[in-house]
Amino acid sequence: MANMGLFIADVFFKNPVITASGTFGFGREYNELYPIGKLGGVSCKGTTLLERMGNPPPRIVETPSGILNSVGLQNPGIEHFIKEDLGWLKSQGTVAIANVAGSTLEDYCKVAEILSDTDVDMIELNISCPNVKEGGVSFGTSASSVENITEQVKMRSSKPVMIKLTPNVTDIAEIAKAAESGGADAISLINTLTGMRIDINTRRPILKNNTGGLSGRAVFPVAVRMVWQVAQAVSIPVVGMGGIATWQDAVEMMLAGACAIQVGTANFTDAYTPIKIIDGLEKYLDDNGIKDIKEIVGKAEMW
Amino acid sequence: MAYVQREAILIKKEKLNSTVFRFTLKEDVISEIATAGQFVNIKCGEKVLRRPISICQIDKKHNCIVIVFEVRGEGTQWLSQCNQHDKIDIMGPLGNGFNTEKQGKALLIGGGIGVPPLLSVAESMECDCDAILGFKDIETTILVEEFSSKCKDVVVMTQDGTYGEKGLVTDALVKKLETNDYSVICSCGPTPMLEAVSQIAQKIGIECYVSLEERMGCGVGACLVCACKTKSKDGEKYSHVCKDGPVFNAKEVVW
Ligand SMILES: Cc1cc2nc3c(=O)[nH]c(=O)nc-3n(C[C@H](O)[C@H](O)[C@H](O)COP(=O)(O)OP(=O)(O)OC[C@H]3O[C@@H](n4cnc5c(N)ncnc54)[C@H](O)[C@@H]3O)c2cc1C
Ligand SMILES: Cc1cc2nc3c(=O)[nH]c(=O)nc-3n(C[C@H](O)[C@H](O)[C@H](O)COP(=O)(O)O)c2cc1C
Repeated sequence: MANMGLFIADVFFKNPVITASGTFGFGREYNELYPIGKLGGVSCKGTTLLERMGNPPPRIVETPSGILNSVGLQNPGIEHFIKEDLGWLKSQGTVAIANVAGSTLEDYCKVAEILSDTDVDMIELNISCPNVKEGGVSFGTSASSVENITEQVKMRSSKPVMIKLTPNVTDIAEIAKAAESGGADAISLINTLTGMRIDINTRRPILKNNTGGLSGRAVFPVAVRMVWQVAQAVSIPVVGMGGIATWQDAVEMMLAGACAIQVGTANFTDAYTPIKIIDGLEKYLDDNGIKDIKEIVGKAEMW
Repeated sequence: MAYVQREAILIKKEKLNSTVFRFTLKEDVISEIATAGQFVNIKCGEKVLRRPISICQIDKKHNCIVIVFEVRGEGTQWLSQCNQHDKIDIMGPLGNGFNTEKQGKALLIGGGIGVPPLLSVAESMECDCDAILGFKDIETTILVEEFSSKCKDVVVMTQDGTYGEKGLVTDALVKKLETNDYSVICSCGPTPMLEAVSQIAQKIGIECYVSLEERMGCGVGACLVCACKTKSKDGEKYSHVCKDGPVFNAKEVVW
């Protein structure tokens, strides 16, 4: 059987399939259906220094092959995460990634510092949430602020830091390079694309937040393109996501340059998607006589 | 919080009126562990999000659950086109149902497509039940016979008076309260109706439980999408219909 394991910044993943932040909670709910220890990793719900209420409902609307969400980072705060969820998640035998968000630079640094003294394996810095008024995506849209926040967080944290990028920028490669020169250990992308739907009868946006973030299969081609551009631009590992729903999507994303992938919205359609992707990847490698999953990373040949 | 995602078999399909269908679904595990007021999340063809539908009846003997749904949009339209023997991908049983370990006498108040889940309550409530069922008109009136066989007394209200009495469920509620002592009210239906029922219950001091609806993502409590505002001694917060509900104590709901 082919080797599915890989390292990202010294952290070992038994396979390249990670569940995406905000779609999988802290793993408890899905552990009712299958042991989440089968997953390469779990990226936890975005966590902030203090508890956040989130946005008023409705927070979700289905769109052709996708969804818009405007949760707005509802979470019980970092201390609650460490006390109630982290220990349990670690004991399931999968890589625990804390997804960190904040309103100010100091918020991000504080949370990263607090996490340094825990068992968390890795920090995913969410500078790409489109659904909060302060912070979030505003840190992720200019190269200089991305470099700055990466540097500051790296200084305050002993954990590997993966910077999660927003697709809502004009030049994704430039942003990725800024993260790399700020000292990022890895890059993940894409977060959601800002979108909007309006009810033609009430003439009001369906989401109470007016706008939301688009995810699901509709964004997959955009995600593949951006992962490919970023993988060309940097030499640190790239974790790809956005619309992945099948093992074929996962292979495609890895050929574009992702060393691992995350699965988000597809969990809502079929809760077993991550497991089906792991099984499908294994079979694909074996059927094609590929000995190691790493052999397909970035192997798409351009015209 | 045990639940499964499985293929159920549609063993009986009935049309209750021009837009409402009743499906009897065979699924061993869900029928085994489901309780009154829980729901299932149904994959509807190529739709990204599953559609939440309440469990209307639980038949443990035949390993079946019954659901009743109204065609509203593309998802329920797809579902209504399924045929006998088809496999339907469902996840459940989900959420917290109604507490049916009650003494005294319970009053069930349903409005429109909120009526079906209360039938499972009538069937499993440990004490006697009365029911008030509200509909728009005679065309949309459903399940009256089923409730009549399970409840002591059933009052049907229609907005236009074409069936039962003319008026709203709250009109019937006020009347009922003049001559009855109820230990608990269980209600499901449109939000304004639930709010009105809750207010009356609170004034009289009767325990009241309501089943809420909100647009959902995962259905299991992981994505925090289906928020509804609740209050407790610690203040107000967003709870989630899929995991904390869909049934809430009415005094905790912020309307
Ligand atoms: C806990 C719960 C139990 C329910 N039980 C029943 C039932 O027993 N019978 C029944 O007929 N209906 C029930 N509903 C409502 C039912 O889920 C919606 O009518 C259905 O999702 C509409 O889907 P659609 O694709 O046909 O309509 P569309 O309007 O096209 O749906 C678009 C999106 O909005 C969501 N949506 C639309 N209306 C509602 C709603 N009222 N509540 C939640 N989400 C909604 C859909 O799920 C979908 O994601 C219940 C809802 C909830 C939350
Ligand atoms: C309901 C929901 C909540 C999300 N919450 C977060 C979050 O807290 N932090 C974050 O970095 N990304 C969050 N995301 C973005 C996803 O992690 C992912 O980047 C995006 O959805 C694209 O992947 P997908 O198409 O597979 O869902 C959320 C997405 C959804 C749908």
